[in-house]
Amino acid sequence: MSGRPAETWETPLGSLPAASSWQEQRDPGGVEGKQCFLYPQDCIWAEIIRWVLKSRLSQCLVLEFLSNSCFKPVKVSHSQITRLYSRFTSLDKGENGTLSREDFQRIPELAINPLGDRIINAFFPEGEDQVNFRGFMRTLAHFRPIEDNEKSKDQNGPEPLNSRSNKLHFAFRLYDLDKDDKISRDELLQVLRMMVGVNISDEQLGSIADRTIQEADQDGDSAISFAEFVKVLEKVDVEQKMSIRFLH
Amino acid sequence: MRQVSGVGLLLGLMALPVALGQRSSESAINSNQSFAIVSFKWDHVKEPYIIALWILVASLAKIVFHLSHKVTRVVPESALLIVLGIVLGGIVLAADHIASFTLTPTVFFFYLLPPIVLDAGYFMPNRLFFGNLGTILLYAVIGTVWNAATTGLSLYGVYLTGIMGKLNSGVLDFLLFGSLIAAVDPVAVLAVFEEVHVNEVLFIIVFGESLLNDAVTVVLYNVFESFVAIGPTNVTGIECLKGIVSFFVVSLGGTLVGIFFAFLLSLVSRFTKHVRIIEPGFVFIISYLSYLTAEMLSLSAILAITFCGICCQKYVKANISEQSSTTVRYTMKMMASGAETIIFMFLGISAVNPDIWMWNTAFILLTLVFISVYRVIGVVLQTWILNRYRTVQLEIIDQVVMSYGGLRGAVAFALVALLDKDKVHDKNLFVSTTIIVVFFTVIFQGLTIKPLVQWLKVKKTEHREPKLNEKLHGRAFDHILSAIEDISGQIGHHYLRDKWSNFDRKFLRKILMRRSAQKSRDQILNVFHELNLKDAISYVAEGERRGSLAFIRSPSTDNMVNVDFSTPLPSTVESSVSYLLREKAGPVCLDMQALEQRRKSIRDTEDTLAHHTLQQYLYKPRQERNSSVIPNGTIPSENPVQDFTMKEKDLEFSESEENNDYETLHLGKGVDFLANVTQQNFTDNSTGDMDHDVEMTEYSSSDDQLNQNGSVSVNPLHFFPSCLQMPWTQNYSSLENRENISLSSVSEYIASCDPNVPDLFWESGTDTNNKETVNSGYCSEVSYKSENSQEENSLLIFEGLEDSYLKEPQEKKMLLDVQGNYRSAAARRVQSRRSFHRPKPLQHPKLQKLASLPASCHVPPHSLEQEETQL
Repeated sequence: MSGRPAETWETPLGSLPAASSWQEQRDPGGVEGKQCFLYPQDCIWAEIIRWVLKSRLSQCLVLEFLSNSCFKPVKVSHSQITRLYSRFTSLDKGENGTLSREDFQRIPELAINPLGDRIINAFFPEGEDQVNFRGFMRTLAHFRPIEDNEKSKDQNGPEPLNSRSNKLHFAFRLYDLDKDDKISRDELLQVLRMMVGVNISDEQLGSIADRTIQEADQDGDSAISFAEFVKVLEKVDVEQKMSIRFLH
Repeated sequence: MRQVSGVGLLLGLMALPVALGQRSSESAINSNQSFAIVSFKWDHVKEPYIIALWILVASLAKIVFHLSHKVTRVVPESALLIVLGIVLGGIVLAADHIASFTLTPTVFFFYLLPPIVLDAGYFMPNRLFFGNLGTILLYAVIGTVWNAATTGLSLYGVYLTGIMGKLNSGVLDFLLFGSLIAAVDPVAVLAVFEEVHVNEVLFIIVFGESLLNDAVTVVLYNVFESFVAIGPTNVTGIECLKGIVSFFVVSLGGTLVGIFFAFLLSLVSRFTKHVRIIEPGFVFIISYLSYLTAEMLSLSAILAITFCGICCQKYVKANISEQSSTTVRYTMKMMASGAETIIFMFLGISAVNPDIWMWNTAFILLTLVFISVYRVIGVVLQTWILNRYRTVQLEIIDQVVMSYGGLRGAVAFALVALLDKDKVHDKNLFVSTTIIVVFFTVIFQGLTIKPLVQWLKVKKTEHREPKLNEKLHGRAFDHILSAIEDISGQIGHHYLRDKWSNFDRKFLRKILMRRSAQKSRDQILNVFHELNLKDAISYVAEGERRGSLAFIRSPSTDNMVNVDFSTPLPSTVESSVSYLLREKAGPVCLDMQALEQRRKSIRDTEDTLAHHTLQQYLYKPRQERNSSVIPNGTIPSENPVQDFTMKEKDLEFSESEENNDYETLHLGKGVDFLANVTQQNFTDNSTGDMDHDVEMTEYSSSDDQLNQNGSVSVNPLHFFPSCLQMPWTQNYSSLENRENISLSSVSEYIASCDPNVPDLFWESGTDTNNKETVNSGYCSEVSYKSENSQEENSLLIFEGLEDSYLKEPQEKKMLLDVQGNYRSAAARRVQSRRSFHRPKPLQHPKLQKLASLPASCHVPPHSLEQEETQL
């Protein structure tokens, strides 16, 4: 994703709407502190892809274009994009090119996942209740395994979404509800209650939460900051444990 | 091999009458003479005697090896044992002129292999194993077939060129040989890899492969053996098809047999509560039965027992008691390690036998070359395929270690020894080659793999302490990943694991786990528990270092009964704790599971001493810390326990003196007394943060006051002599007996408390330090333990009793103010609990109450019995 798009954008499908509909915004799923550009804020891309898929134009061409331009930071292959796009449309019951929370909640396995709601929320940029395909892909991209050739990559480029710290940050944000960059005791307790379940009394959970915080806490504020979070998990193979191989 | 092993058993049975006959003839000779006071009956004990001697020799050899650290660090034990075996075999041969001891397939497959494989299965890191199952299966199935086919065919190809000279073998014989030499051997892999701590993934792949390829080996071996028997001309396509079908039947069948027996074993272990002593026996017997059943059905026995171990471990570990679990663990490790020792030694001994040797340089050398080369090629090819699908890539270094770790061992030797000389004309050549291959891989590769691993800088396992954070966040990661897989709509590991754990939670656990275990089994909780125990132990160790536990002891302990424990107590407790620590210091580093084992061994400490020490001392300081903030909170939960135990002592003592009629009153007053005392504690505590010592004195004084006031009708002197006179150990053992009871009362007590209280407590505890968190951990630990050890029906009784009690007292209410209410309730509970634990039940009024309990209490009669036997 290099720079800002031109006024009109020549695509294999012809020129796209003028620049007025493109918006620059801070990417919620992006790397901290770095400006990323989200191209069409609404569902233009989804529409394009849908139209292409329907009209059976040269899909490869379009998808290649997409993966080269749009999804470069996401780094997924064409076949993955097609597969995930078809998944996206199958989830999209409203057929408006975006997913709402209800769309996610309709997935039966997600409904019983103790962290399901938190994870669904992670897909939505702050204050919004729709996510387009691009945002969808961005979130999923956190879980792409780190390739060998990426490890030795130059450090000055933007940090890829699937880097260790981004993976960790994704997990961290699930705990950190109030977005103060700290996991407080209450926040931890909530997650614990969801995960460990009903068999354990509140006191036990409370003592577990305390011990957990105490184990990670370094500055004595009785909360886990992101730095402490990273530190306490430094021995864990996060790259491996937070990666799945998306099917082709 | 399976049929022949049956024949071996038959032979063994036939040998039995011969031995008996010898004995009878001997006794006949004896009877001719006058009565002999002492007679020498060597033949009578010969067989077991020799077996025992060999085991002793092997075990002693192990001791000798480990006298020198230098040797064992460089040379793997298996290699040393083989060399020792060769030496011993040489001695025997020189003395006897025949090789009388060899590793027979029967002994190997029936007695030596099962313990090793069971050990592997029972301590299999399941998550790792199933996470890599696809990889393992590919290597085990395709890899083994590839090795067998290429080795056999290449050897045959070279044979056709005439380098090997004249052999009486066709292509099928070569394939047969290839199939038995192809399989990586679990025993050898374990023996070598446990000394080279490579990372878990690598280990599980090589080791898993060696376990699972058994099915392939068995099928290939059987197929080619029968092909050789019927002759190459009669082999048709249908026969080959049958071979392929038989592979699926043998492997899946073996697995199913294993799973079935695992189910059975888990189910049985659910009901062994009353037969704790033989509990560990079930684990061994049922898994051994799975092995034999699979063997009987000519399925893969190794797969059966492996899967039996893998599937049952979770439920069995949850069901059986801590002690049984320790017994199982150590027995299993001991048997596996012993069997391994014997196998390697006998491999060495078996090699010294002039009858089996037939040297063919070309054949032997080429076999070595081919198995190594094809192993490398196979690994590289398969890894290349696998890496397209694996999340964790297998790097070049891993591939090198995997290729190099393809060790052959006793399974190949036992299989080749099973060959029928009439059908396979070159059996001796095959046997000698197998021996050479085994020795080469175990000794040479075993020797060099360690330097290789170091040189390649292969990632190794690190033994580190489990962290609560890691466990907790790891759980969160799992949930996240399974959610992501759900969202992205693909069926991957996490999806499947999630499905499985749901299924497990909904159905399997309900069937296979004790109800008490169902609740408390949670890994996060376990880690938490272990960490607390570890803290406790280091706490005690600190006390040991300082020479006394005084710094731990809180005033409240002393205050309760005015007994000074300092003289008898520390010696006993400390020595035993130091013993525990010592035991842990020498790590039993048997294999990959060493880490787990370590952690488990901490759990052992929970059994008795440390646990009790905890209960008595460790978490005391919290009381006075928090009590200033909390009016009548959950925290003093330990107190009633102690009151109770001490009180109980007193009661037992006083019972001999006092009338039974007295006792009701006595009990009631006792409760009041307790309530008073604790109440007093509270007011004292609330005065603020005082130094321990100050408080201690204050406590004792206040208590004395109490006694002198005469407000308590129980003669306080009763407390003193009984507790002082009892040696601490005895005191302790009696406590242990009632541990369950008292703990359960505590946990229930906690549960019954005001839900607001914990919050209050926690608010006060937010700026806690180390100690306090440990303390808070104790609460949960107590109830955890109690849930574990306590069955629900006894709780039912308990509640029933409590109800009957609550109706009764009136004067008590007057004596207790609101503050003491909780405590007295707990004390009463404890009391009521105690009352039906009496050895003389029917004389006791409370017990009569129990007998007249309404049917709604659902008291199974055995629960009462059981509780009684505890006393």
